[in-house]
Amino acid sequence: MKFAVWTSIVVLLVLHQDYWQWDNATLVFGFLPHTLFYHLGISLAAAVLWAFATKFCWPEEIGSIDVTAASEEDRK
Amino acid sequence: MIQLCVILIYLLLLLGVGYVASRLFRGTAKDYMLASHSIGPFLLLMSLFGTTMTAFALVGSTGKAYLLGAGVYGLLASASGIVHSLCFFVVGVPLWAIGRRNGYTTQIQFFRDRLESNGIGLLLFPILVALVVSYLLLGVIGAGAVVNRVTVGAFESQGWFAGSDFGVPKELAAAAICSVVLVYVFLGGMRGTAWANALQTCVFMVLGMLTFVTIANAIGGTDSLLENLRRASSAVEETQITRAKIHKPVFFSFLLIPLSVAMFPHVFQHWLTARSASAFKLPIVVHPIFIAIVWVPCVLVGVWASSPISGVAGTNPNEVLAALVQTHAGPWMGGLLTAGILAAIMSSLDSQFLCLGTMFTEDIILHYRNKDHFTDKKKVLVARCFVVAIVIITFVLSLFPRAVFDLGLWSFSGFAGFFPLVLASIYWRRLTKVGAWASVITAISTWAVLFHRSDYGANPRYVFPESEFPAWLTSVVPPMLPIVAVVTAAAVVLIVVSWLTKPPSDKTLEKFFSRRRS
Repeated sequence: MKFAVWTSIVVLLVLHQDYWQWDNATLVFGFLPHTLFYHLGISLAAAVLWAFATKFCWPEEIGSIDVTAASEEDRK
Repeated sequence: MIQLCVILIYLLLLLGVGYVASRLFRGTAKDYMLASHSIGPFLLLMSLFGTTMTAFALVGSTGKAYLLGAGVYGLLASASGIVHSLCFFVVGVPLWAIGRRNGYTTQIQFFRDRLESNGIGLLLFPILVALVVSYLLLGVIGAGAVVNRVTVGAFESQGWFAGSDFGVPKELAAAAICSVVLVYVFLGGMRGTAWANALQTCVFMVLGMLTFVTIANAIGGTDSLLENLRRASSAVEETQITRAKIHKPVFFSFLLIPLSVAMFPHVFQHWLTARSASAFKLPIVVHPIFIAIVWVPCVLVGVWASSPISGVAGTNPNEVLAALVQTHAGPWMGGLLTAGILAAIMSSLDSQFLCLGTMFTEDIILHYRNKDHFTDKKKVLVARCFVVAIVIITFVLSLFPRAVFDLGLWSFSGFAGFFPLVLASIYWRRLTKVGAWASVITAISTWAVLFHRSDYGANPRYVFPESEFPAWLTSVVPPMLPIVAVVTAAAVVLIVVSWLTKPPSDKTLEKFFSRRRS
């Protein structure tokens, strides 16, 4: 799953370079330029992929570091 | 005049936030600089987002969309949605862990230990301060331009400020905004900054949407919002809808700009305020959505501003958003919307002010003087004095304005030049002290030469390789933003020099890599 998530993020970066629709002058819903609509989709897809990344690729060993001692020191 | 009163009330509200935060101040330098590592997921999301959304995002994006069209969203917003969260994930989380384990407050403390080099701090300090100042300039110039534009004519009956169209002069507005931010940062420290950022992020997101609807309805002129949106978009030229004005290699090179977030000193400081590593999860996921909420309306109104029916065609790009607000919103609404724009600007200025004071105190004063000489009260005082000095320098530099968007690109290009360094410091055991020095010097030298070649940022179309270079070179390497040259040169030098020089000691490798292996 980890591999799939990181691969998807690379694919998203490739899809971001959408040279094939450079001159598309369509207005989606009659007001939203196609390029804006497409890249809004890229933003939403990024949020979904990062949600997967925080679930499946999270570095658990970092979460387990002992910060209790540090916190006590901060309070002093 | 009503707009001005609304803006003043908002500024007073911010001072109130700083005062309330000051009542909770624990009196320690750690609390002033890092809020005692007490920031949870929601506040971390709001403060990180508020910090990364600057005058560049609102004033700059609208102005650039006005010039280049709707493709501006793809240039930076969608790219930032991917790359900012990537930086939070692969740089922010590990640095938070390293920082907590070793008690770091600044980036330079980390680099000194990781690279076994005391001198790297002296090399990085002036460079990072200079780049933060260039970033501060965005806010100062943007704030001055916005307040001046929306208050045009306010003092006509008194006959004041004729040279500024009877509005608040840009310099006066910029000085007032800086003063308010300084006061609430001084009162509340990092806690006040985080709270003010959360408040201001809510304010500029809500008022941003309101601005969008108000402008759309005013330009369209009917009772239906959808019909108004259609009228506004159909009135613009086709080149504003497509990406005809953007070159493909330049579009590609914009992908590197958001890497700069990994090296912003103020973002590093916000990372360290996190209560736990898990607090990063919410910002990583929601950041791209928040960017879309802010940038889509800004880019659309920028596109509409280029059409004759907008009523503002021909305006200076830095003033497009303010001109739309002034032309299409009533005085009360105009004042509120301007407060929203200023909220976005100030939510970055505060973190930058705070981080500069922290860097000076921790990396220079306390590092080279006996720490026992300094009480916590004295440390905070030193931080504040340095910030005031920097703000004065920034203010003087703002008297020579540049386009906000293009100035921002240069600032971000400089920070991004250190991305290879921070990434290698975390993940590459073979990175050496000499490799790091060589990479920093290469990055900043390349940046300085190209900045000079661009007439110090005055040429917004500057690309590298330049057109007078041999044709064979430009056919192999297409002209792109200078950031590509800066990052590539820094990365190549870092790898080559590190391979050729003595690796770090086992003790250092044990300190920075052993825990993550276990």
